[in-house]
Amino acid sequence: MADVALRKVVKRYDDVEAVRGIDLDIADHEFIVLVGPSGCGKSTTLRMIAGLEDISDGDIMIGGDVVNDVPPKDRDIAMVFQNYALYPHMTVAENMSFGLRLKHYPKAEIKARVTEAARLLDITDLIDRKPKQLSGGQRQRVAMGRAIVRNPKVFLFDEPLSNLDAKLRVQMRIEIKKVHQKVRTTTVYVTHDQVEAMTLADRVVVMNKGRIEQIGTPNELYHKPATRFVAGFIGSPAMNFIPCRLEDAGGTLQIRLTDRIAFALPPARAARYNALPRTEKLLLGLRPEHLTESHAHLEPGVESFDTVLDVTEPMGMETLVYFGLEGTPICGRVNPNAGAKDGAPMRLAMDLNNMHLLNEATGVVL
Amino acid sequence: MSTLAIDKAGPSRKVKYGSMSRDRAWALRWSYFFLVLFAIFFLTPPIYMLITSLKSSAEISAATNPWWVFHPTLSNYVELLSSNQFLRFFWNSSVISIIVVIVTMMISIPAAFALARMKFWGSATLATGVFLTYLIPDSLLFIPLFKVLGVVQDLTGITLLNRWYVLVFIYPTLTVPFCTWIMIGYFASIPKELDEAALIDGASWLQTLTRIFIPVALPGLIAATIFAFTVSWAQFLYPLVFTTSVDQLVLPVGITTTLIKGDVFNWGQIMTGALLGAAPPLVIYAFLMDYYIAGLTAGATKG
Repeated sequence: MADVALRKVVKRYDDVEAVRGIDLDIADHEFIVLVGPSGCGKSTTLRMIAGLEDISDGDIMIGGDVVNDVPPKDRDIAMVFQNYALYPHMTVAENMSFGLRLKHYPKAEIKARVTEAARLLDITDLIDRKPKQLSGGQRQRVAMGRAIVRNPKVFLFDEPLSNLDAKLRVQMRIEIKKVHQKVRTTTVYVTHDQVEAMTLADRVVVMNKGRIEQIGTPNELYHKPATRFVAGFIGSPAMNFIPCRLEDAGGTLQIRLTDRIAFALPPARAARYNALPRTEKLLLGLRPEHLTESHAHLEPGVESFDTVLDVTEPMGMETLVYFGLEGTPICGRVNPNAGAKDGAPMRLAMDLNNMHLLNEATGVVL
Repeated sequence: MSTLAIDKAGPSRKVKYGSMSRDRAWALRWSYFFLVLFAIFFLTPPIYMLITSLKSSAEISAATNPWWVFHPTLSNYVELLSSNQFLRFFWNSSVISIIVVIVTMMISIPAAFALARMKFWGSATLATGVFLTYLIPDSLLFIPLFKVLGVVQDLTGITLLNRWYVLVFIYPTLTVPFCTWIMIGYFASIPKELDEAALIDGASWLQTLTRIFIPVALPGLIAATIFAFTVSWAQFLYPLVFTTSVDQLVLPVGITTTLIKGDVFNWGQIMTGALLGAAPPLVIYAFLMDYYIAGLTAGATKG
């Protein structure tokens, strides 16, 4: 077990910079998830920690030691791959013990470790099978078992659930979390699925275009995104971004969305945004759950307006409603009993207490 | 399930269903036609060899139906198999082929692994270069090779020309490039994650090769082995050029040089020798075919 640190790590392929100088401190026992769209450099970062890719610049430290030039086998890490990468000619037990056998561990200890890991992952019955006799979920467990028996300093997961179907993915997600609670090994987990990131991580690292956009706990990222990218990436359906500007109206600060729609900001928000120039092009960031059906007694800071719905999507516990505001597509979440219908007019309420204001040009959350 | 869907398709269903099966039937008929043609074309010579090998010289030269044996005899087989000369050819061929297969594998496997997996400067060019050397025909190479061996023999004082073992040095120039090339293909088809997993598990490159790549690519290795054996076994030009004494000859050259005396062709024994010579590759194919076909990579990754 160990902490991991990245210092100004850069990866260049010829003239393309895949990773552009990232700094990251991962504490001992921590479960860190790197998340981002494809090509954001998250897998490259993981592979650099593993030692499968050379780093072009910067330092990577595992347990306080710089490992830039240490080969993968001497880094004391274990990795779980997206396509499992099980050795097809070996049984489950042989797959799991391969690393230990290479290091000439005593037979009794190998057996004990494999048995223990198999028990932990509930694959004791499969121990003598070959990978091709296993289902996807079982193969994934074996791949995890192969990592666990080594008892490494760091676990690395490279999109381990991407090849599983949706139901199994949820199940394995919980399984991974349980395993981490038991073995407490420092874990770096790469995924493009923000739900996986949110549910698994102690801290999430959101990456975009080779840089870290934001590091934070799942709740921090959701409620206090730093940039438009993070705000839009975390959460499903995604946050709405509505072009707007600030204006003064009779001593209060108000936010104007369209010629017809403008709302006074709640006092706390008004104080926060008062210093901003009134001419600046801004975006109102609002999560769908803060855009619900209106009712008679609205709390302060919740403002209602009329619109005509384009499409509704009943999800069971809620109904998603889609409409346009001067050409900007917007999604809201309403109560399934609120009577939302395709093409029908509806009065909706915006909770401005939970709004975000972004600079349209820079994408920074103000 | 499918019938249900077809029923729902209504009036067009018969036409659709029929046209599909008719297409298939025609495709099958053409396939059979050409496959049978192919089989006849390639099986006729060996069958003729077998028929002729069972005839006596008198019957071969007699004006009877050449496709039928009226007085079958095993005398050709007995004569050849009791002739020290023939057994010597057989022995030479076997020893040379086995050594060549071993040498080829010992060079090709590491070479293919390096070219397929260890990305280094010029590895792609080298891989193509290896294949290009295979494209140079041996009929172009044998004279320069003869010269080279002559020079080496003069310099070192080691007799190389007219010795069977010289072929052990020459055949790999044919087998190594091709075997390397096909094994690059097999190794390249092994998912990259598999060697990365081995690397992380603590395997050295050599251990990755011996404990992961060789077992996983076994069908490919067997294909390459069969190829190397067949090439060495059937090689004619090089042994004809480089060996001349009867005790140094290999089977294909031995049969043609010793069983044809002047303009007298001992057809019965030639055919018998050719048939016996074709047997070892056949036996090897038969034994290794299962391995050859078996796909061992199934289950390595998703799928």
